Amino acid sequence: MTMVLTILINGLVFGSVYALLSMGLSTQYGVARILNIAHGEFIVLASFITWELVTDLGVHPLTAIAAAGAILFVIGFALHRTLFKRVRDISPNAAAFEGDAILVAFGVYFILQNLMRIKWGSQTTGYSFMAYPVSIGGAQFQARSLFVFAFAAVICVLYNLFLSHTRTGKSIRAAAQDPVAARMLGVKINRVMAICFGIGGFLAACAGVLISMNQTFSSVTGLNYTVIAVIVVVLGGLGSIRGSILSGFILGIVGTAVNSYDPSIMLVVFYLIILVLLIVRPKGLLGR
Amino acid sequence: MAFIKRVLPGTARGRLHLGALICVAAFLAVFPGVSRPYTTIFTASILMYIILSLSWTFFSGKTGYISLATAAFYGIGMYIEAILGRYIPLPAAMLVAAAAGFLIAAGIGAITLRLRGVYFTIFTFGLVLLLQNLVLWIEIRFFHTKGRIVTSGDFTFVYYCILAVFVILLIAAVIMRRSRFGLALECIGQNEDSAAHIGVDTTRTKILAFAVSAAPVSAVGAAMATRVGYIDPNIAFNLLMSFMPVLMAIFGGTHSLYGPVFGALVLTLLEEKLIRGYQEYYMIIFGAVMIIAVSFMPKGAAGIAESVFLKLRRRLRPRSHPRNDGGARDE
Repeated sequence: MTMVLTILINGLVFGSVYALLSMGLSTQYGVARILNIAHGEFIVLASFITWELVTDLGVHPLTAIAAAGAILFVIGFALHRTLFKRVRDISPNAAAFEGDAILVAFGVYFILQNLMRIKWGSQTTGYSFMAYPVSIGGAQFQARSLFVFAFAAVICVLYNLFLSHTRTGKSIRAAAQDPVAARMLGVKINRVMAICFGIGGFLAACAGVLISMNQTFSSVTGLNYTVIAVIVVVLGGLGSIRGSILSGFILGIVGTAVNSYDPSIMLVVFYLIILVLLIVRPKGLLGR
Repeated sequence: MAFIKRVLPGTARGRLHLGALICVAAFLAVFPGVSRPYTTIFTASILMYIILSLSWTFFSGKTGYISLATAAFYGIGMYIEAILGRYIPLPAAMLVAAAAGFLIAAGIGAITLRLRGVYFTIFTFGLVLLLQNLVLWIEIRFFHTKGRIVTSGDFTFVYYCILAVFVILLIAAVIMRRSRFGLALECIGQNEDSAAHIGVDTTRTKILAFAVSAAPVSAVGAAMATRVGYIDPNIAFNLLMSFMPVLMAIFGGTHSLYGPVFGALVLTLLEEKLIRGYQEYYMIIFGAVMIIAVSFMPKGAAGIAESVFLKLRRRLRPRSHPRNDGGARDE
């Protein structure tokens, strides 16, 4: 019983981080049609910014969301306004743009990862935060894990409220549904796409801050986050935010269960799930 | 005879290219005899990259479905040589590797190439990490080891094995360009709906092309394994081996055979100069090259060279009309 509870709660903790990891990617792909392979690097960058702030200035890690979030929103917004806009203009059709955008994202990935390697080296980094155990129903948990879960859940809810209740959020959803119709109805499509890319960066920053609280990281771990985010997004349905959240939690719980059996096959199990999904229901759990 | 006639280029320009190609092949064939061992080894790795980027271009350049699985097939080849190397000679192991690469690619294609869009890229993207994890798990669980020693071979012999793959690949690529199959692929890349409308079995064509493009990669992987001496899943399934061929092909240009060859040549030389001590800078340069190539050189270095050449020719011979030598096919 304790074992089930441990897996369940740890699964929820991981699931909330997975959901957060993938929401940014999902927003970027859903509207701007860019599969941002540099997403994991954005996350690691936020982790490093948090680490610098916490160890140098001694601030609470949560305040780093303001700094890292602002920086990464600007980076994302600027990247779309310059690079991806240009690629979109020269691409003959939508399919060609998706291909080219992935390649450009690769370039960004290379540059960002190696700038971080020059700045911070490639050794594992981390700091201690809320390192004391909490007991729930007889099972022991790290206090910081529960904190991460609570905060990730808050961000997921806030983001969904933003999408459903604000004017910008509504134009984002409109652009995701049908860019041409949205444009005819007065949505400034280029601006919305750039904002979405910026929001992707902001959500990556949130994920990066939370990850830095709970686990160690290094300048080379970014790709692992990207792979997990991509798997979550595909399972949830490309471009579906709620799908990403749902599949994030599913994979979090499945992943934790597999982890307690044999950690080295977690990715293999995730891949098997995707394999079955692509055969049975390629559009994902909640995809249109 | 009719077949040879169909395959051989029918124009003066085509024959010139073929002649140049034969000269290059002949030069590469006698090369180990006249060069130092180091140069031979280095040339072998240039050839390896050329094969990888040509294979990538053969499928992804034509169809627009971006594959990031090169490292997977390369690693599979390495493991096949590591397992079979001490029982059978290298060329035989390379054939087995090619067959394995072909079959595995066909399986992956059958699942992901039915679907349009980014699913294929997404799947191949994680495939390398998946194999890394899976092979490591199998090795530890069933063989109680992390890595394997590979029997090393004579480097001149390895060089000739890689050269053979290169020549076969070039011949196949040239034949393919004018074949029904090659044209069907190009058609899919331009407009998949139209391709389906005019009777191309798009799914089957894509799967077959992807499988064919994996075979030489696995074969070269088997050959290069003998040079490494020791492999483990992290060495064999190195993501960089997926990225480099893409970069080389995009930089060189995917619209001709010269593009990937040129891209591989330039970037391998750059890698050789910068890899020691400046690895981060070299990767940053690669990232920048990728971005610049995609956003400003849609046809790559080869495309730029061609347009410069055409402009010069127009200026030198202002009144000559472009001859109709089948050049219309390019646009």
